[in-house]
Amino acid sequence: MLINTEDQRPIFIQIAEGIEDAILTGAYPEESQIPSTTEISIRYNINPATALKGVNILVDSGIMYKKRGVGMFVMAGAREKLQQKRRNQFFENYIVKLIAEAERLGISPREIIMMIERGYER
Amino acid sequence: MSIEITGVSKSFGPVAALKDVSLSIAEGKIYGLLGRNGAGKSTLLNIITNRLFADSGTVLIDGEPAAENDRALGKVYLMSEKHLYPEGMKVANVLKWSRHFYPDFDMDFALTLAEKFGLNLNKKVKALSTGYSSILKIIVSLSVNVPYVLLDEPVLGLDANHRDMFYKILVERYSLRPATYVISTHLIEEVAGIIEDVIIIKEGEIIRQESCEGLIAQGYTVSGNRTVVDQFIADKNVIGSDDLGGLKSAYILGTLDRGAVPADLEITRLDLQKLFIQLTA
Repeated sequence: MLINTEDQRPIFIQIAEGIEDAILTGAYPEESQIPSTTEISIRYNINPATALKGVNILVDSGIMYKKRGVGMFVMAGAREKLQQKRRNQFFENYIVKLIAEAERLGISPREIIMMIERGYER
Repeated sequence: MSIEITGVSKSFGPVAALKDVSLSIAEGKIYGLLGRNGAGKSTLLNIITNRLFADSGTVLIDGEPAAENDRALGKVYLMSEKHLYPEGMKVANVLKWSRHFYPDFDMDFALTLAEKFGLNLNKKVKALSTGYSSILKIIVSLSVNVPYVLLDEPVLGLDANHRDMFYKILVERYSLRPATYVISTHLIEEVAGIIEDVIIIKEGEIIRQESCEGLIAQGYTVSGNRTVVDQFIADKNVIGSDDLGGLKSAYILGTLDRGAVPADLEITRLDLQKLFIQLTA
């Protein structure tokens, strides 16, 4: 997880997405405890309130849950839920941008498809 | 519980350093006090702590007038540029005396920090480099355990490693023992993530006081072909712009209607430093 104050996204969104990435790659397995907001804020030099805001997004969307007095845990089924969410965003985040850049460069749809095939062959 | 500053003005001869400043500093928050050189940051901090006297206006600390009031002033610690210790005093004695003045001073914590930063306790204050002089003051500030800690240029002369250590220790201390920290600094990017609220002071007047996230969200940057950018920003509140040949980036305050943005313009967030530069130019 990398936090950048000059990034397009607010810091609390970066925190939430960074934890999501860690869950997707399996770095934070389901039912495991994630670092506390204090640990996150010290690691990235950010205000604890910001870290909490980021973590709360994941609690509200059912990706994590709080165990009182113990800490934050990854919910069972969180990984699949996130995969589904990221799949839904894939078109907006990658395909739309890919087409816009291709149009700027005069790359035809057929050429894009060929490039994708080439990418898979590597 | 808060520090309430109402209608404070201060002049030095013909120069008005603070003009009718009103400000509320709440309990348990980290503030960034941002302003250019000579904007009045240090004057404001010195008035809060009764080291300077306002020409008019009042400062209340938790409801009590601060002026000549030891009980109220005991709740506030100001780390200033100037050293107030006798020059011949040894570092170890500075810590010892701090405990006399601040009954809740955490000596164990101060000694732990001294070791972490490699501060030599046997050195005399006058023999410390600029960096270590700042480090000594930082250590005292983080160990006094008062509700309000005001830090005037805390990282002056610190190298990158020591600055990073300071920010981490500050965040950790704040998590474990919440207090109000007001950080006055020119290194805006470094504290942008740490501060919750921003106070921007310009030529003796407070021009902004709000949450850091909220302030940044009030604006955006639009970049692209100069002609297209100029058309797009014609009816907008432009706080500044940068040109590079036929390209232009304009900094806008206001909410963005994404649907109205021409396809070849790029919209990005403002960052605190850019916003600050434009607001105080």
